[in-house]
Amino acid sequence: MTDFVTDNSIWDVAETMPLDQLRELQLHRLRRTLERVAEVPFYKEAFARSGVTSTKIKTLDDLRRLPFTTKKDLRDHYPLGFLAVGRDKVARFHGSSGTTGKPTFVAYTNEDLNIWSDLCARFLVGGGLRPEHTVHIAFGYGLFTGGFGLHYGVERVGAAVVPAAAGNTRRQIMLIRDLGADVLVCTPSYALNIAETTRSTGIDPKELSLKFAHFGGEPWTEDMRNQIEAGMGLLAFNNYGLSEVIGPGVSGECPVRNGMHIQEDHFIVECVNPETLEPVGEGESGELIFTTLTRQAMPVIRYRTRDIARLYHSPCPCGRTGVRMSRVVGRTDDMLIIRGVNVFPSQIEEALLRVEGTAPHYLIEVGRPGTLDEVTVHVEVRPENLSDKMSRMQELRNQIDREIQSITGLRVKVNLVEPQTLERFVGKAKRVLDHRTEKNDA
Amino acid sequence: MKINQLSVFLENKPGQLSEPCRALAKAGINILTLSLADTQQFGIMRLIIRDWAKAKAVLEEAGSVVKITEVVAIEVEDHPGGLADILEAIEHGGFNIEYMYAFTFGREDKAVLVFRFDDPDPVIKMLQDNGISVINGVDLYEQGQ
Amino acid sequence: MAILWNDIGGKFNPACSSDYLPVDQLRTLQLQRLRAVARRAYDRVKMYRKRMDEKSVTPDDIRSLDDITKLPFTVKIDLRDTYPFGLFACGINEVVRLHASSGTTGKPIVVAYTAEDIDVWTSVMVRTFAACGCGQGDIIQNAYGYGLFTGGLGAHYGAEALGATVIPISGGNTDRQIMVMKDFGVTAISCTPSYFIHLIERAGELGVDIRNLPIKAGIFGAEPWTEAMRKYIESAGNIKAYDIYGLSEIIGPGVASECSDQSGLHIFEDHFYPEIIDPETGDPLPDGTEGELVLTTLSKKAMPMIRYRTRDITSIIQEPCPCGRTIRKIRRIGRRTDDMFVIRGVNVFPSQIEEALLAVEGTLPHYQIVLTREKGLDRIDVQVEVSADVFSDEIRLMEDLRAKLARSIERMLNIRVDVRLVEPHTIERSMGKAKRIIDKRVI
Repeated sequence: MTDFVTDNSIWDVAETMPLDQLRELQLHRLRRTLERVAEVPFYKEAFARSGVTSTKIKTLDDLRRLPFTTKKDLRDHYPLGFLAVGRDKVARFHGSSGTTGKPTFVAYTNEDLNIWSDLCARFLVGGGLRPEHTVHIAFGYGLFTGGFGLHYGVERVGAAVVPAAAGNTRRQIMLIRDLGADVLVCTPSYALNIAETTRSTGIDPKELSLKFAHFGGEPWTEDMRNQIEAGMGLLAFNNYGLSEVIGPGVSGECPVRNGMHIQEDHFIVECVNPETLEPVGEGESGELIFTTLTRQAMPVIRYRTRDIARLYHSPCPCGRTGVRMSRVVGRTDDMLIIRGVNVFPSQIEEALLRVEGTAPHYLIEVGRPGTLDEVTVHVEVRPENLSDKMSRMQELRNQIDREIQSITGLRVKVNLVEPQTLERFVGKAKRVLDHRTEKNDA
Repeated sequence: MKINQLSVFLENKPGQLSEPCRALAKAGINILTLSLADTQQFGIMRLIIRDWAKAKAVLEEAGSVVKITEVVAIEVEDHPGGLADILEAIEHGGFNIEYMYAFTFGREDKAVLVFRFDDPDPVIKMLQDNGISVINGVDLYEQGQ
Repeated sequence: MAILWNDIGGKFNPACSSDYLPVDQLRTLQLQRLRAVARRAYDRVKMYRKRMDEKSVTPDDIRSLDDITKLPFTVKIDLRDTYPFGLFACGINEVVRLHASSGTTGKPIVVAYTAEDIDVWTSVMVRTFAACGCGQGDIIQNAYGYGLFTGGLGAHYGAEALGATVIPISGGNTDRQIMVMKDFGVTAISCTPSYFIHLIERAGELGVDIRNLPIKAGIFGAEPWTEAMRKYIESAGNIKAYDIYGLSEIIGPGVASECSDQSGLHIFEDHFYPEIIDPETGDPLPDGTEGELVLTTLSKKAMPMIRYRTRDITSIIQEPCPCGRTIRKIRRIGRRTDDMFVIRGVNVFPSQIEEALLAVEGTLPHYQIVLTREKGLDRIDVQVEVSADVFSDEIRLMEDLRAKLARSIERMLNIRVDVRLVEPHTIERSMGKAKRIIDKRVI
């Protein structure tokens, strides 16, 4: 099982570039990127304010003189304000859900897409993928970058893709079995669900042909890795990415599986204290900040990910030189990740506002009773809308269900409660009860 | 001590309720009481009828699906707190009520509660031990006449 | 070579040259490819070899295109019987993609592609978009569902190779579709025609008039539709609405497409050879006569299809098209020879629903499938008679039963259905056998 560690697990020699060359390349590419974004209104103004131009960047440390970019900045310039190329050069748009109905969009040129496929091929090959494999991709396709990034990465390697997308677990299992998939791509919690559903049909998941798995899209733990590997008889690899930066492919584990190598020839990473915005010490946790080095359509400078993780600069036995990042251990905002989908409480609120008869008092309860995240939204009913007709109350519940689904894309359980029954907190109401994190803390 | 209740499946659309009732009326069958439970799509009509076996045959003849369920009927003083005492006893015994409904008849001071339990026998025993009057079928029908 | 092309809108796309091949060259190419594919099928696929042996025919007996009738037919059940790899003409190491679509029962049918097959598929989709007036610079909103269904990824690869900007929005979330269409200045959309009608109507509710947006073309397929729907879409959406045709067994979308003349769908017959047969006798019918469409893939490597019976009823149009394309046209598909129906772009067979009901109840209840269309959105209601065996006095249990039936069907079909429990004997029986499908959709 471990022979692949030494056997051709490096897709691109750039992954092992000596550090001095890597830094030189980064500086060169950073300057080029700053030239590229010079005419993007947001950066033009920001650079003018801070007095920085590409010619003033002498060392990589000078990057810290540049302003940050936040999700809000992207949203404020919706839809195309961050485009650094002509619209006709854009080959594709992707999007991610936003805090309100307006998602943020990211654009790719052909060259961006080409690099993206390559970056995904890097971590896939590092995690065992070979051209003769069949890969079952159970990530959603569409505006979400997860499905597409991995799809094109597998295609780049030359393996066979089964674009199973999301949903219908039994059918997914049937296809994994019948087509003899070697590699599974999905969220880790969905893998647990596949394992459990397989078991419930009387089959040991270890008997499936799966050898490797590549997980991303949501935070997970080492315990989950052990559970999945033992239960399914495969090796599981972690990868990381976000659509604002490129999608999956920002970093991924190597055969050593001790942190995810950041593809530093394409991204500069910083780790800062989210309060002071000063760099944290080696191995300390902080917010990750990314600057893209090769993106053409929509480069971002010092993008604040809101993801908390640690960086490790010590050399890795695998030979890759890119700095390693730990798992994401938390967020600096109230974003929830449910079955791989980003959800903000404000989206639920927006859905409730669209339905007449609900009070603005609600509680989002998130749990993982089995293997799959489950969301229950408790909603207070306005007294005048209480009805003794079961059918009327059911209709109200269905309406809320539909609105939440239309905004977040998620199916949730809606629980109507009597007026004045949800706990009120002084000042800010407690909107989220996440039982999953309770378990993690324990 | 248990009473046979008839349950009839109904689609939730106009006129669905009157059909089975008309069939019973034609056959000269008197309905002591009925209760309805509805969802958006369908409902279940529950009937208490003296000659339940004949009623079942009539309804099935008319094309309905009918189920006989054993329920427990309890007589209760029609005054504040009368129901609460009984519910408390049931709760104490740790019994789960699937559903219940109530009706009054003739006399003004008494009401009848109809309960559905998963397993009625231990509940009946408990109620009797607590001195609560569980009525048998005949009594109920006699009173209803 | 003199090329006649009169398409309005957009300059000539060199990728479409094969659309305009002189007819004699096209026939020569077809014959060459037909011989090669018959050889490949015979040498590499057991089922084809057995069938050809039974008919005492070898690939060498194909000396003219008319000799295709010597070859055996392939039907949908063959894909099920050989599931999953039985019809592969190459090893799995050459396969780069697998798709699946609904079979007539719970098992899906699986189709495979080599890298070359994907290239061919992409090229016929480029030709499709080009025939529908799209080209570089267009912003194409691809609202076909992505995943195992071939519609989404097929259109995606084509639009990307066309040089257009692709918004891979996939299906669903109508409000977001409208927002994107408006905010990004989308110029063309690919989806099912009924979904576009839904978009028009929902946009109206949101105060958006699609007629005033830059969108100019709709590339509509994956379900049957009519001239009346086209008229409505073109006037209410101020776009040109084009019909495209394809099926997973052959390649996915990209088998045939309308052109600016909108008078039938050009079959990309350099890759897919069309015949029309009498569905009863299997005898070939001349061009212009209505019958069942039979397709042979001329260049597919992973899974060649020899004389695949589509069950779709149409006819081949003989007259040359004013657009200048030399590849022949078929008429819009209106009917099928079996009871398959299409809902929201998904093919459904009543036998799948029966299997799902049986799985829950143990016996097959009386049921009826009611199809309706509200504001362009298909709805499927499955009415199931409540029998004494399953009737319970408790609402909870009945709700449970309803949910279980719905889930079982949803699992089978991968689309949302509504299950209604109805009283016994309320579903009409006609001569012993109940009428299973009531299609109330105004098509």
